Amino acid sequence: MNPVNYLYLAALLFTIGATGVLIRRNAIVVFMCIELMLNACNLAFVTFSRMHGNLDGQIIAFFTMVVAAAEVVVGLAIIVSLFRTRHSASVDDASLMKL
Amino acid sequence: MENLIALLIAAPLLGAAVLLAGGRRLDRVGHWIGTLLSAASFVFGLILFADLLGKNAEHRTLTQHLWTWIPVGGFQADVTFRLDQLSMTFVLLITGVGSLIHLYSVGYMEHDERRRRFFGYLNLFLAAMLLLVLADNYLLLYVGWEGVGLASYLLIGFWQHKPSAATAAKKAFLVNRVGDMGLSIAIMLMFTTFGSFAFGPVLGHTGDTSEGKLTAIGLMLLLAACGKSAQVPLQSWLGDAMEGPTPVSALIHAATMVTAGVYLIVRSGAIFNAAPDAQLAVTVVGAVTLLFGAIVGCAKDDIKKALAGSTMSQIGYMVLAAGLGPIGYVFAIMHLVTHGFFKAGLFLGAGSVMHGMNDEVDMRRYGGLRKYMPVTFITFGLGYLAIIGFPGLSGFFSKDKIIEAAFAKGGTEGWILGGAALLGAAITAFYMTRVMLMTFFGEERWRNQPTRSPEAPSAEPAAETRGEHTEPHPHESPKVMTIPMIVLAVGSVFGGAFFSIGDRFLNWLEPVTGHSEGDSPLSAATVTGATMVCLVIGVAIAWAQYGRKPVPAVAPRGSLLTRAARRDLLQDDFNHVVLVRGGEHLTRSLVYVDHTLVDGVVNGTAAGFGGMSGRLRRLQNGFVRSYAVSMFGGAALLVAATLLMRAV
Repeated sequence: MNPVNYLYLAALLFTIGATGVLIRRNAIVVFMCIELMLNACNLAFVTFSRMHGNLDGQIIAFFTMVVAAAEVVVGLAIIVSLFRTRHSASVDDASLMKL
Repeated sequence: MENLIALLIAAPLLGAAVLLAGGRRLDRVGHWIGTLLSAASFVFGLILFADLLGKNAEHRTLTQHLWTWIPVGGFQADVTFRLDQLSMTFVLLITGVGSLIHLYSVGYMEHDERRRRFFGYLNLFLAAMLLLVLADNYLLLYVGWEGVGLASYLLIGFWQHKPSAATAAKKAFLVNRVGDMGLSIAIMLMFTTFGSFAFGPVLGHTGDTSEGKLTAIGLMLLLAACGKSAQVPLQSWLGDAMEGPTPVSALIHAATMVTAGVYLIVRSGAIFNAAPDAQLAVTVVGAVTLLFGAIVGCAKDDIKKALAGSTMSQIGYMVLAAGLGPIGYVFAIMHLVTHGFFKAGLFLGAGSVMHGMNDEVDMRRYGGLRKYMPVTFITFGLGYLAIIGFPGLSGFFSKDKIIEAAFAKGGTEGWILGGAALLGAAITAFYMTRVMLMTFFGEERWRNQPTRSPEAPSAEPAAETRGEHTEPHPHESPKVMTIPMIVLAVGSVFGGAFFSIGDRFLNWLEPVTGHSEGDSPLSAATVTGATMVCLVIGVAIAWAQYGRKPVPAVAPRGSLLTRAARRDLLQDDFNHVVLVRGGEHLTRSLVYVDHTLVDGVVNGTAAGFGGMSGRLRRLQNGFVRSYAVSMFGGAALLVAATLLMRAV
């Protein structure tokens, strides 16, 4: 199969993720959309790695996974504690960082 | 012999240090210490003079190098003294007349409790003036120049408890500062032009320098001379300087201070010779001042101020002569020396009159004093005959030579300058005769004068009981005051003849200043005759006005010119309107520009940034999603830009 199709898929996934981040209010969904974007990137990396015949892209994909895992830990912890204090998972409610 | 030169300065400097630092325990002998050290300096001067006379004319320059003052790369300032014929003349005049004035002051300042300090200042004055004339470079000369300014400030304001004296001292100092700026700029120009400011390199290389630069240096030197020598336009301090004790006036007008400007111009003769425009400016300043001072002198009723106007006028003659170049240098200095004699004598005489008249200075309250003060009358009278140029006396020889030299300048300039000098001679005769007649002849107007201010009768009883304005009892001054006057009178009588017969003075100074005859359109006899006619006219008019008729005790209103001359020809009004008001307007407009334009730009920038950030702050709304949009937008922009660049 033509590897370019994977790139189209990656672009599609990234767009869906980005749209989700921008328009959804639920922190969990926003979080999942971020993961979706990361994975779209991973897919693009791996595809390019395959197309160009070197392993750099695949190595970076591993890095991304590690960073994503760490980020999930921190992010979920923040979301949980946020939910505990204000009984809401809406990102718009947590708008205290303004003048 | 060279080592004596430093002692010339050291003696009065030591006197100043001892007297000013010695404190009250020197009060009883301080005045004699000051007089002795001044006289010691005169003796050193005489020894050096004898030494110079024993040498050939070419070898009459002694130099003494003491130490290197500022050695910085090419900037080399030495403390080196140079004694040549020109400095020698000044040294003898300064220390000789200065010592006589010291002696006179012993009597004059007898009742002043700060007499010790007065003598300290007098010694400081002599030391500074000697440093000025003995310096071998312009920077050291500048030190003396400033020292003279300082000493004159201290002495003019010596009676500092009088606000008028304090103000006069400040005025003299400030006006002098303007001239000092000229000298410092001239020294800087010399350094950039010649790479040095010692007399040798500067005056020896005027030939290979552009005329423009020399003209600039010359004009700056002229400005300096105008300040010190009270020439138009920096003349306004001289009249007010009369606030100082009378010996100070004598010292300033005869031996020190005002002669410094003439010295500077003559010493820098090589520069002026190579810059005709600057020379022309010097002659114009001299001619204007000699008429200005003479006119002011005609209208003053204060005896000291009349003499001050006369000094201004006589210094104008010297500056005029100095501006004529080699034709006039020698005569400028000769007139300076003879003037030193008779003007010192006149001032000391005026002081003696004031001493006997309860410090009255208004000549309208003098009159008929010749009977009461015979010595003062005779010495003052001889000084008077000398200054108006009575045949055979000092002023006759020196002033006549200047008038001849002015005509010898040639062309229209020569006629104008010579005419001005002749006119000045006539006015000199007029105002000096007026002073003489009002003081020593006529009615005794000091008798039965009710009070000093007739327009305020309420003050009369109080003044009578205080005894301040009671009738004075004119009396002759003590010997310590009359002896210097007699010596100076002898100098006034014979000085000119001694210098002129056989061209002694000319031969003495010529190696330093150079001399050329010029070609006069008039013969010497014609000029002398014209001068005599002017003299007779001036004396006759004065006689008609002040000798034949009684002098009114209250000054008549007078013509427009008289009233202007009483106000020093509006010099202060001019300074006030043009400089003070002008300066105020200038600063006010500068402040306005500063407040509106400069502050406006600064404040406007700050306000602009403040307002902009206030608006930018609104972007910080706390919503995560809007931040995400801006991040996304930014990333999209970056990608788009990258793609665009690659496409191009």
